[in-house]
Amino acid sequence: MAKITMREAISQALMEEMDRDPAVFILGEEVGVWGGTYAVTKGFYDKYGAARVKDTPIAENAIIGAAIGAAMVGQRPIAELMTINFAFSAMDYIVNQAPKLHYMFGGQFTLPLVIRAVGGGGRQLGATHSQTPDAIFAHFPGLKVVSPGTPEDAKGLLKSAIRSNDPILFIEHATMYQVRGEVPAGEYTIPIGKSKVQRPGRDVTVVTYCKGLELSMKAAEDLAKEGIEAEIVDLRTLRPLDMEPVLESFKKTTRAIVVEEGWKSYGVGSEIVSRIYEQAFDYVDAPIIRVAQKEVPLPYNRTLEQAALPQVADIIAAVKEVLK
Amino acid sequence: MAETISMPKLGFDMAEGLLVRWVRQVGENINKGDVLAEIETDKATVEVESSASGVVLQHIVDQGTVVPVNAPIAIVGQAGEKVEARTADNGPKSAPAAPRSAPAPAPVSSSIASTEISAFVPGQSSIIKASPLAKKIARDNKVDLAHLQGTGPGGRIVRKDIEVALAGDRSTAAGIQSQPAAQRPVSSADQVIQTTKLRQAIGRRLVESKQSIPHFYVTHKFKMDALLDMRKQANAYLPDNEKVSVNDFILKGVALSLRQFPNLNANLKGGEVVQFGHVNVGVAVTVPGGLMTVVVKDTDQKTLRQISGEVKAMAARAREGRVKPEDVDGSTFSTSSLGMYDVEDFIAIINPPEAAILAIGSAREVPVVVGGEGHPSELGIGWRMKATISVDHRVSDGAEAAQFMQALAGFLENPVRMLV
Repeated sequence: MAKITMREAISQALMEEMDRDPAVFILGEEVGVWGGTYAVTKGFYDKYGAARVKDTPIAENAIIGAAIGAAMVGQRPIAELMTINFAFSAMDYIVNQAPKLHYMFGGQFTLPLVIRAVGGGGRQLGATHSQTPDAIFAHFPGLKVVSPGTPEDAKGLLKSAIRSNDPILFIEHATMYQVRGEVPAGEYTIPIGKSKVQRPGRDVTVVTYCKGLELSMKAAEDLAKEGIEAEIVDLRTLRPLDMEPVLESFKKTTRAIVVEEGWKSYGVGSEIVSRIYEQAFDYVDAPIIRVAQKEVPLPYNRTLEQAALPQVADIIAAVKEVLK
Repeated sequence: MAETISMPKLGFDMAEGLLVRWVRQVGENINKGDVLAEIETDKATVEVESSASGVVLQHIVDQGTVVPVNAPIAIVGQAGEKVEARTADNGPKSAPAAPRSAPAPAPVSSSIASTEISAFVPGQSSIIKASPLAKKIARDNKVDLAHLQGTGPGGRIVRKDIEVALAGDRSTAAGIQSQPAAQRPVSSADQVIQTTKLRQAIGRRLVESKQSIPHFYVTHKFKMDALLDMRKQANAYLPDNEKVSVNDFILKGVALSLRQFPNLNANLKGGEVVQFGHVNVGVAVTVPGGLMTVVVKDTDQKTLRQISGEVKAMAARAREGRVKPEDVDGSTFSTSSLGMYDVEDFIAIINPPEAAILAIGSAREVPVVVGGEGHPSELGIGWRMKATISVDHRVSDGAEAAQFMQALAGFLENPVRMLV
């Protein structure tokens, strides 16, 4: 298997799907001539032309609104949001229109729409451009929320998202485009809504996704040196949420932490912990701990920003706490 | 016709019980005699059996609720049957009057001020701290959590603690006498140990007994040679697990003697002495965290072998924390024996609301004076056993107690009388 970056994996997925299906097209800010803010669509404009790689005004509600309209009439748009923080400008379209159109119109329309959005902190972009608001979007039935943590998953899941007839928010992490990982050669897809054990272990279950996976894998390496084997379950999809691998792992280890980059209150961790208590109460041997971002607007100052974001050391400390 | 299942009354002084767990959920089929719920009293965790067959139509109270005795807890009827929705607080009004020492039945809420009741409310410090997993393993393996030492944060009992208990000492796990871990280093730090509900109940009842009942004591020394011989002969014909004990003989003798002295098989109620029609002799059993009295119903009517078998079965259930309501209810006179600990003599506190209790020491070989009646007195060796009866002076006097002890001697010293 080839080792490629997350950026290359996403780029390959987009290109393969555009080659496969002429209904697939891209729209967003600087996606065309410039090649994308994170250079994911570099070369696309030259290959597919302005009709399939559309630069848009700086108006997120227009981007998503246009994409919804195109999807309703049979196109397969991929709308890119330069950062997920700009999704708030298009909130009505994303959470109030796209997830409900198929339902509200009695199934007359399907919405094969993918919104690619770049989230996460750690690049000193300031409080308004550094958020990880994934849980907000995962709150709404009708909107699938996918957020991969490896290049292999990013490629396979994005291809599935583009082929899906449902609206899907595909969240990528701003600091992970250079992350390298092995990707299978040739054509493959990964089903949406399936969690995966990314690292087997016997002592403690670490439930996480996206950036949290990268941090948790590093923490697991350090913990292994101390004889603690963490099993890491990667959610990959926040909605629909696949708890099976989580519960299976938890029933084995009986202790767990949840790692997410977003804020703790009302977050992904809260949801996971609740479901474990509801569905595996008799296996709980210690309180489950959430590792998450400090409850402040993310600071610009690098030291403060890192202090507010969850770190490998936080994960190690949490694991040791639940193993007490 | 739907039937209402109520909180059973498991002892003279039981006023309420904690509904620990619904074993059968609403909508599930249930047969008469099936376990419907588990409840915890100040004595033990016991199973409540359904008194009707059908479908569980309604749980009237939630798990974790403290429910007054006789208050409705569930409705069992036929599938689809309409039942008038009931809530927990429309029951106590129709409940029979609670025993004298109990607080008035009341629907349970956090507003109850009585410290006695608050001890039963989950979340209070008297609750054993254990992880849900530890509790489940304990349930599955019949481990009594009350005397395990938790090693988790704040003393929480976690899976590891139970596994250690299960692996290290099956007898500890089964709830029999626990031994301190041999390898534990000696610590000079004071240990603060939460009293169990059972311990609290024992304390409450015996303080009441010792403070309000004027006890007096009569000790008698019984000649046990004939009884021990007979026991040897009888046991020669019995399989190992059915051998009768000295105590079984004593229970039978006590029961027959009580028939002659109904005043000691009684209960003082206000200005009246109620002499019970049944003779139900209670036997104090050591259990983890305290002791319980199991009751042989109609002891005077039963054979030694029946008495022996019942005591064995009930004592085992008591030690496992799984007594049935009828095991501990209805005693009219209690006995307590420390014979197996080589105790010469001790006195017991009356188990209210009874009128008397017999404390039984060890049968031991001692020097005795034999002869007399024309033969020269000489020193010999004989088996003797001391027992002391504690009696409520408001009910009886020393002479009657002494006569009772003589009557008991008549049976124990001529044991063949107990067989005919």
